[in-house]
Amino acid sequence: MFMSYNAGILLGLLMVASTGVAAPYLPRADDEVLERLPSRPNDPPMREIRRMRDALAREPQNLGLAVALARRYFEQASADGDPRYVGYAQAALKPWWDLQPPPIEVLVMRATLRQYRHDFSVALADLAQALERDPSDTRALSLRAVIHLVQADYDASRRDCARLAPLVSELIATGCVAFIDGLTGRAGETQDLLNRALTRATDAGPEQKMWVLMRLAEMAWRLNDPRLAEEHFRRALALGITDSFLLAAYADFLLDYGRPREVIALLKDRTRADPLLLRLTLAELAVGAQGLREHQAALADRYAAARLRGDTTHEQEESRFSLQVLARPDEALRLAQSNWQVQREPRDARVLLEAALALRRPAAAQPVLDWMKRSRIEDWFLERLAGQLASLKKDGA
Amino acid sequence: MRAALLFLLILFATGAQAHKPSDSYLTVTVAGSGVQGQWHIALRDLEFAIGIDSNGDGDITWGELRARHGDIAAYALARLTVALDGGPCQTRATDHLVDHHSDGAYAVLLFEAQCTRAGSALELGYSLFFDLDPQHKGLLRLEHAGATRSAIFSPETARQRFAMEQPSRIAQFLDYGREGVWHIWIGFDHVLFLLSLLLPAVLIPSSQGWRAVERFTPAFWDVFKIVTAFTVAHSITLSLAALGVISLPTRLTESAIALSVVLAALNNIFPLFQRRRWMVAFAFGLIHGFGFASVLADLGLPRDALLLALVGFNLGVEVGQLAIVSVFLPVAYKLRQTMLYRRVIFFGGSALICLLAGVWFAERAFNLKLLTL
Repeated sequence: MFMSYNAGILLGLLMVASTGVAAPYLPRADDEVLERLPSRPNDPPMREIRRMRDALAREPQNLGLAVALARRYFEQASADGDPRYVGYAQAALKPWWDLQPPPIEVLVMRATLRQYRHDFSVALADLAQALERDPSDTRALSLRAVIHLVQADYDASRRDCARLAPLVSELIATGCVAFIDGLTGRAGETQDLLNRALTRATDAGPEQKMWVLMRLAEMAWRLNDPRLAEEHFRRALALGITDSFLLAAYADFLLDYGRPREVIALLKDRTRADPLLLRLTLAELAVGAQGLREHQAALADRYAAARLRGDTTHEQEESRFSLQVLARPDEALRLAQSNWQVQREPRDARVLLEAALALRRPAAAQPVLDWMKRSRIEDWFLERLAGQLASLKKDGA
Repeated sequence: MRAALLFLLILFATGAQAHKPSDSYLTVTVAGSGVQGQWHIALRDLEFAIGIDSNGDGDITWGELRARHGDIAAYALARLTVALDGGPCQTRATDHLVDHHSDGAYAVLLFEAQCTRAGSALELGYSLFFDLDPQHKGLLRLEHAGATRSAIFSPETARQRFAMEQPSRIAQFLDYGREGVWHIWIGFDHVLFLLSLLLPAVLIPSSQGWRAVERFTPAFWDVFKIVTAFTVAHSITLSLAALGVISLPTRLTESAIALSVVLAALNNIFPLFQRRRWMVAFAFGLIHGFGFASVLADLGLPRDALLLALVGFNLGVEVGQLAIVSVFLPVAYKLRQTMLYRRVIFFGGSALICLLAGVWFAERAFNLKLLTL
């Protein structure tokens, strides 16, 4: 009994330790802070949202109010990276969401929210329907250009950019085409074009400038020109907009060029957003820093929670996590392959090549190698990986 | 300009979702007509739905949360329906706690549901936050009769029905049998008691002390009688205790068990009972039965299958015992002529068992902590 009791306790402890389950508890003091909200209820953006929400609550059938609120929520989702707002946006559009057909504004918004969840095929169907009714809907055109681009359908994306060009500012029109050109073998001339458009666009807002600078930085980085990329990144960061996509891109750049300590300094207080937590963890892994174990466990928990609810939008990042942090290349390859079915951007290609290389299975990389040939993408990192895979193939033969 | 801005934002938003979306974690345990629940709901979601941060400083404190406990329970429980076999259940909050998940703090609502009847099908209707956030999901863990399953509630699957299969009698029986085997394996005190009685089985007392038996058969019957007596005895008290006929304080029975091991081992060094050791086995077996009973009580006895569990557990203990004996006896018989057996294993082993059990006795009887195992 004596032994079995101790064994029981030990077993219990082991189980708790392995699953990392914290038990519910009773806080000690009333002033114990349980949660820091990302923004205070009285901050201006939250006040604006509350005002719009109250207005819609008074007139729930007012389409204009509902679409405005949904759009506002979506902007908030993009700024914070918090998918809750995407759900709130959908709720605001509830009376029209399932209509056959919904009003065109709802149709475009529905496509926007669906692409956020990577439901690309239904989003494209919504957009086709919207553009049939109004061929010059700029939101529908721009969104469709982006979805086609993510799915590596460059011709379709180019067609949408061409239709969009006369309807939007020069910077946006140039950016739309430049983004495609940058991926299809015209990176050099594209950089000049985009640079010039940026200089001319004196009235462009900081968000637009940041977006263009970020794309320019990525192009220079893909061409292995770290000095130029750094310059663009610095200018983008100097605009003072905290944007998690910019920080993630810059962190990846720093990691590529062996500067993990700067990543830790940049991201150590931004662990809430999963993509930033991943970059921080990779940097900590590179230098053997202290927070590694805790951050690794938190990431594993978040990916597990996403899987539990059937969310696959993390696959590309989870593949990186599996390969580099967990050293599980088989799982990394599975995730990267599943992700490649949905998204085909350079970083999606890269995780697949890296996993295939770690497993020494060049055949698994073939779909990405084919894409590289077809698109004629210029990417120093992808080319190096492809070269390593090719020599592996030669050795094997 | 609006269009342009949206275009930019869309480009940024095609990455992974940066935060964890809204989920709640609901654990429901069903036993008879009683349903227990533990519901973890994110404070961020509650803040959006009913407002928790009353002073608007962006921090949610325990005091602010505590002040809204009544509202939280009313809000959440109004959005969860529980029924057993079509008979609705009354839900009632029983306690409020806090927990942290990877994405922040959660209010933990403990509740119970009283149902009009026990049933074989549980129906749950979940609609928390679906009106505010159609992307919200309720992640359910349902526990019933030792089995756990999971399900996801979304607006499309807001009502779900779970057939609760009664675990098959055979599976239940085997389950308790396995527990019995496991217990004898890790219950060192029982094993050592048995070994103390078995060690002399291949020897017979003579005027010059112990000498080896000549044939296997008498040794086998000796062992057979001891094991049977021990089994019969502990089965009697195990049954009586499990059925609630007799109940003794654990400290008393545990101390007595340790003492029985001491005495059984001492009997090998200073023989008192040489021929009728099966009687010793029987007498002390009665005490060991109480020890088994407390294990069985910890496992939880199914009210509807008490006898089944009892017989299963007991047979499991016997199987475990037989396994030990079937390894011990051939080895002991083979070694019985050797000095190693008679000096080292028999005397040394008995002395060691005696010492160890003596420590256990002191620990259990006087509530000390001498050994860290």
